[in-house]
Amino acid sequence: MLRGSVGLIALSSLLFSGTAFAQEKIKVGVTATLEGTYTVLGEDGIRGFQTALNVLGKKVGDKELEFVIASTDATPDSAVRAVRKLIEQDKVQILLSPLSGDEGIAVKNFAKTHPELTFINAASGAQETTYVDPAPNFFRYNMDGAQWQVGLGKYAYDEKKYRKIATVGEDYSFIYTQVFGLVLEFCGAGGQVTNRQWVPLGTKDFASVIAALPDDVDAIYLGLGGADAVNFLNQYQQAGGKAHLMGGSIMIDQTILSSKGNAKNALVGTLAASGQADTWEDPGWQKFVKDYQDAFPPNKRFPSPSLLATNYYGSTMALILALRQVNGDLSDNQSKYKAALAKIELDAPNGKIKLDANRQAIGTNFVTEVVDDGKGALFSKVVKVIPNVNQTLGYDPAVFAKIGLPSRTVPECKKY
Amino acid sequence: MSLAHDARVAVRPAAEAQRPAQTWPEVNNPAAWIVAVILLIMPLIANGFFLIEIFATTLILGTIALSLMLLAGYGGMVSLMQLTIAGFSAYMVAVFGISGNANISLGWPWWLAVPMALALATIFGTLGGALAVRTEGIYTIMITLAIGAAFYYFTNQNWAIFNGHTGINTVGTPHFWGVDWRADIPFYYIVLAVGALCYFAVDYISRAPFGLALQGVRDNPRRMAALGFNVNAHRIAAYAVASFIAALAGVLQVWNYRQISPGSVSVNACIDILIIAIVGGITRPIGPYIGALIFVLLRTFALDFLVKIGLDGNRFRLLIGLGFLAIVFWSSDGVIGLWQRWRQSQRRPADRPGGGRSHG
Repeated sequence: MLRGSVGLIALSSLLFSGTAFAQEKIKVGVTATLEGTYTVLGEDGIRGFQTALNVLGKKVGDKELEFVIASTDATPDSAVRAVRKLIEQDKVQILLSPLSGDEGIAVKNFAKTHPELTFINAASGAQETTYVDPAPNFFRYNMDGAQWQVGLGKYAYDEKKYRKIATVGEDYSFIYTQVFGLVLEFCGAGGQVTNRQWVPLGTKDFASVIAALPDDVDAIYLGLGGADAVNFLNQYQQAGGKAHLMGGSIMIDQTILSSKGNAKNALVGTLAASGQADTWEDPGWQKFVKDYQDAFPPNKRFPSPSLLATNYYGSTMALILALRQVNGDLSDNQSKYKAALAKIELDAPNGKIKLDANRQAIGTNFVTEVVDDGKGALFSKVVKVIPNVNQTLGYDPAVFAKIGLPSRTVPECKKY
Repeated sequence: MSLAHDARVAVRPAAEAQRPAQTWPEVNNPAAWIVAVILLIMPLIANGFFLIEIFATTLILGTIALSLMLLAGYGGMVSLMQLTIAGFSAYMVAVFGISGNANISLGWPWWLAVPMALALATIFGTLGGALAVRTEGIYTIMITLAIGAAFYYFTNQNWAIFNGHTGINTVGTPHFWGVDWRADIPFYYIVLAVGALCYFAVDYISRAPFGLALQGVRDNPRRMAALGFNVNAHRIAAYAVASFIAALAGVLQVWNYRQISPGSVSVNACIDILIIAIVGGITRPIGPYIGALIFVLLRTFALDFLVKIGLDGNRFRLLIGLGFLAIVFWSSDGVIGLWQRWRQSQRRPADRPGGGRSHG
């Protein structure tokens, strides 16, 4: 009898401590594209996120962070559904979401219906997300697609002497933003973009696209990602394509450079620009690469983190560091936390990051060239580093606003 | 082909049994009353997530599948474009009504935009049906699938009206009489009312002269033609009714998510509706709702379930597929068929043969 009641007390105290412990938790929802064309990108994003947890730990003061991961497929609907599930079912207080461009626009709009919560963009890079009608509780610590192209157009014109190029890109907001950045700079320097082709996300047959590529251009710019990029390269090689290539930020990335088969070899020497460069000498970057490599066995990761891993790492870093600044205080509709997020300056692996008035990152950009390391693995080698790239790409905001929003035909190929 | 055939075989006894008794079959069934009461007091039981993400979504998807059930079960026509019609209606609400894309949306109030969307979607579905009735069996499936796929690719690439892959965000929802009708509880009741209305309408049609003639057309079109019925006109009329039902569900869908984009009308989503109808059973109007509930539960919880039992969460689609395979394997006419067979096996030991109400 006595033993029984002692047992009961022990059990109940355990339960009570359990509930007390549960109150100390802060729930964070994470989304990634774990389905569809961008599956590989989503998986590596999650690796970057886990690397950040390994480095920074899950403790904030005496509170513990708890994470719930939901899957999307790069369509805006799937992102809104996943975010809603995280908020309504799992009761998360902070979101680390989403990965892809159009998802970002939809989640930003959705964020306005939950002004009490905090949304930290994981990796999406459409310009519209933070440039048009931004949500006050949506923070983006990665640059947008246009910022990630800064330096590419000028380098191609001045150093590579390209004068005429054509583009092939996936038909959605992120790639529009990338082509926007490229065209502004390349045409501004005096080059010509003669042809812009757009293919639906998830295209498998590129035969007609390849047949329609013009012959009289110096280079072809590829704004593709994930499975689409690999499919294109395979078919381009089979068709005997030999043109100089230029690549967007998710095209020249470990998600493609470490794909199986030899189609990727067409990419050696390709000029690209992105928010990171695989072989950058910076000690912060090298440490991040090592942390990433140590966290996963070689067959379960890429040789070096992809742009998605880096973005998820940076976003997670902002999420945790700002939370530590306010000691996990999420009271008053998280207002202290939001203020801390807006002010924080990150020493991210890919350079310093701070936010502008729209809560959009100002960061460092890299122009790169693809090299073979001699053992068959491809890496992007840094050729130029451009610090302090802002969302208006150095243009006066009034001039920038006149250019219009990125779309299939905007910007026109001229000097603004 | 085999799908339409199965439906035909299974439905016949039920239809014959219903004919003498021209009353609502549910009135005397206590189970139906219990379900109705539970649905009515659901907001007391379920919180926001279960209320909207599970039950309201089930009712919306179930209503779209109901329109397929009307065509496939009573008309013998398997149409894969029902979701496309719902999506078209949803897009029209966004285009004519209020949304965050001011350069596309016309900004009409909801009471103008919704009738417009319903009318256009019904015309769209009827025209598609008029094309499809010239074919039978697998060709109907193919032509409706082609309409669905064409619409998906069109929305994905058209920026002037459909805003391409981005879709239309922040769609306005109705506020009147001082109520925000998109707040969880009012919205649930709207969905429930529309779902119930469609359910009883289909149930009524199945026993009305039009529905009986439609079932006659399904079973023997030649004989019906010889009797003086216009076979194609009946089929097209069935498409019109089904399109209207799907369009209603489409309006609810766009209000639910406040956004619409091509992913919502993809070919996969079209096929999901077929899966819902088959899993639930296409012999009776309740089938699609049961199928939708199973579908929504699996889609929402498969990932969590796998992680909880220590497996790789990435394989959650496998679990969904296995669930559907199991249901179709053990019962070719869906969950409804399982239920009917269970009822019959219960009755046999009690020695009550010849129960004409095996359909419950």
